[in-house]
Amino acid sequence: MALAEAKLDALSGRIAGLSFAAKGWLGVARRTALDRLGAMGLPGRRDEYWRYTDPATLIAPEAPPAVLFDAGDEPPVFDTLDRVKIVFVDGEFDARASDDPRLAGVEIERLTEAGGRDSHWAQGLYGMLEARGQTPVQRPLAALNSAFATDGLLIRVTGRAKKPISLIYRRLSETSDAILHHCIKLDPGAELTLLENGPAAARFTKVMEVEVAEGARFHHIRSQGRDHQRRAATHIFARLGTRSLFKSFTLTANGRMTRNECVIELAGEAGVAHVAGAAVGDGDFHHDDTVFVTHAAPACESRQVFKKVLKNGATGVFQGKILVTSAAQKTDGYQISQSLLLDDDSQFLAKPELEIYADDVKCSHGSTSGAIDETSLFYLQSRGLPKRMAQSLLVLAFLAEAIGEIEDEGIADDIRSRLESWLHRHDH
Amino acid sequence: MLEINNLHVKLEEEDKVILRGVDLSVKAGEVHAIMGPNGSGKSTLSYVLAGRGGYEVTEGSARLDGQELLEMEPEARAAAGLFLAFQYPVEIPGVGNMTFLRTAVNAQKKARGEAELSAGEFLKLVREKARALKIDAEMLKRPVNVGFSGGEKKRNEILQMAMLEPRMCILDETDSGLDVDAMKLVSDGVNALRDAGRAFLVITHYQRLLDHIKPDVVHIMAAGRIVRSGGPELALEVEHNGYADLLAEVK
Repeated sequence: MALAEAKLDALSGRIAGLSFAAKGWLGVARRTALDRLGAMGLPGRRDEYWRYTDPATLIAPEAPPAVLFDAGDEPPVFDTLDRVKIVFVDGEFDARASDDPRLAGVEIERLTEAGGRDSHWAQGLYGMLEARGQTPVQRPLAALNSAFATDGLLIRVTGRAKKPISLIYRRLSETSDAILHHCIKLDPGAELTLLENGPAAARFTKVMEVEVAEGARFHHIRSQGRDHQRRAATHIFARLGTRSLFKSFTLTANGRMTRNECVIELAGEAGVAHVAGAAVGDGDFHHDDTVFVTHAAPACESRQVFKKVLKNGATGVFQGKILVTSAAQKTDGYQISQSLLLDDDSQFLAKPELEIYADDVKCSHGSTSGAIDETSLFYLQSRGLPKRMAQSLLVLAFLAEAIGEIEDEGIADDIRSRLESWLHRHDH
Repeated sequence: MLEINNLHVKLEEEDKVILRGVDLSVKAGEVHAIMGPNGSGKSTLSYVLAGRGGYEVTEGSARLDGQELLEMEPEARAAAGLFLAFQYPVEIPGVGNMTFLRTAVNAQKKARGEAELSAGEFLKLVREKARALKIDAEMLKRPVNVGFSGGEKKRNEILQMAMLEPRMCILDETDSGLDVDAMKLVSDGVNALRDAGRAFLVITHYQRLLDHIKPDVVHIMAAGRIVRSGGPELALEVEHNGYADLLAEVK
């Protein structure tokens, strides 16, 4: 029992400094989350899904200090898009920097304001998808988040949002430890694009629960900040109804430690779920995508597309699973995880998994690691492109399939230009 | 224009000698063909001239307009006016053909200290050149060579050549994988570029390409050397009698 004790000790150390708000419907949800957490303890290196990523800095009582990043004159991503901006600074809502949150077809409330009421629509969502996502793989940091989140947004989408909602996570502190929890509910036929960008905090623990009802469409594009030193453990829990669509893309350029978990349940017939990520890391970079897609209804489509470019000793991790239940005939599942290693010091650790209980399904998965193709490089150089330019072009080409998962061309261009400037900065 | 003297080349990784003293002189305005059996070193010669890695030059020189090519990076050779049409053009997913062409054209212009083309100028030029090669707008938009048929890939090589306007063009088995119509289209593209200030080195196994692209000089390469040179009639001789007789004669 030594292991369990260690986990519980770590837990009491981690939560000692956190405050627990027990009021209203949210208080009830928090208490059940705390119970879940108490039964699990915090993750340890021996847990199957933490073998490749050391959780130590994510579970330490204090956030390890992270020096601020100077972006120079490079504008933040999504800067030119017409959007509704909502700003958090080191995890705290910044009303002055935020836009008026009124947007036709969308209701936006803050968790701290709505949580104290006796009842709320988010009662059926907050902590609920997170709790469902705890089996078969435990995700203690998500339960910790549900119990102790200091703020977040409750977004109800009743129609087609005319413009994206853009969550901006600024960081001004070298020691901030932010815990945010968002709930997003799309009513039948509703549509929303959600953007997220910024480092958020020295350490950021985030949960986003998304319920996509019948025929609704949800697009999510995030860029996790250019800071070298920041740490983040993020979770997306999504449940999809009949003929609904969920598409999530994440760009991670830099970051000392990032663990992005995504848990998707295809609960209604003919749902479509795509989750993609492009990560580029140089040196002291650790990036982990841990994905679990459950096909629980027939004729659904899922795609996982993860690409990482690693140099100077950077580490990339991919743990991706497709689970097809016996009810999910005619499933179309696809998973690809690839890394481009720009030197011999970098490494990519991949654990693709398929578990299938239905007999009429189409599932494919692949995982590769490789260097830049010398023939392609020579081809480009022979046309007059200087070697570095040719390399950058091939890196972008490698990432193209992941970026291709972004439907909006303007947003995709923005992500590409962000990558180009990263390649320019790390051109050595 | 191109002067190759006593060129010896071996593979970098293993002790295998491929070129054993190639001598070749190509003047501006001329078209030279190199023919030869498999493994004679034809493609290696083209790669070494264009600057591909993996080869070690142990002796000799290759000059373009007096400039030593073998010391230069591939991109510098391109900017100096050398172009290699690949036998197997490389697919580059995620990079649009148009973007690639414009990047290449402007990179060369920049290297030569010339003004870069504006988006409008480039577009006008590329449309005009593409039309002649029956390359449609769709093909220009698609990622470089991805999903292109064999013929489309070769036409795309010629389009690049037309856009980059090199002085010395090397075509490495451009006829391989082409049907009769595609070969005609590609050859017309090449012939349109023939010019008093430009030279071609056409590498091929077969004489049929040379019906379309008429050479001034034909060389036969075997075992890493040029063993015979002559006029167009030499290609016909190969076509009728094969390489065996020719090579036996040389020995």
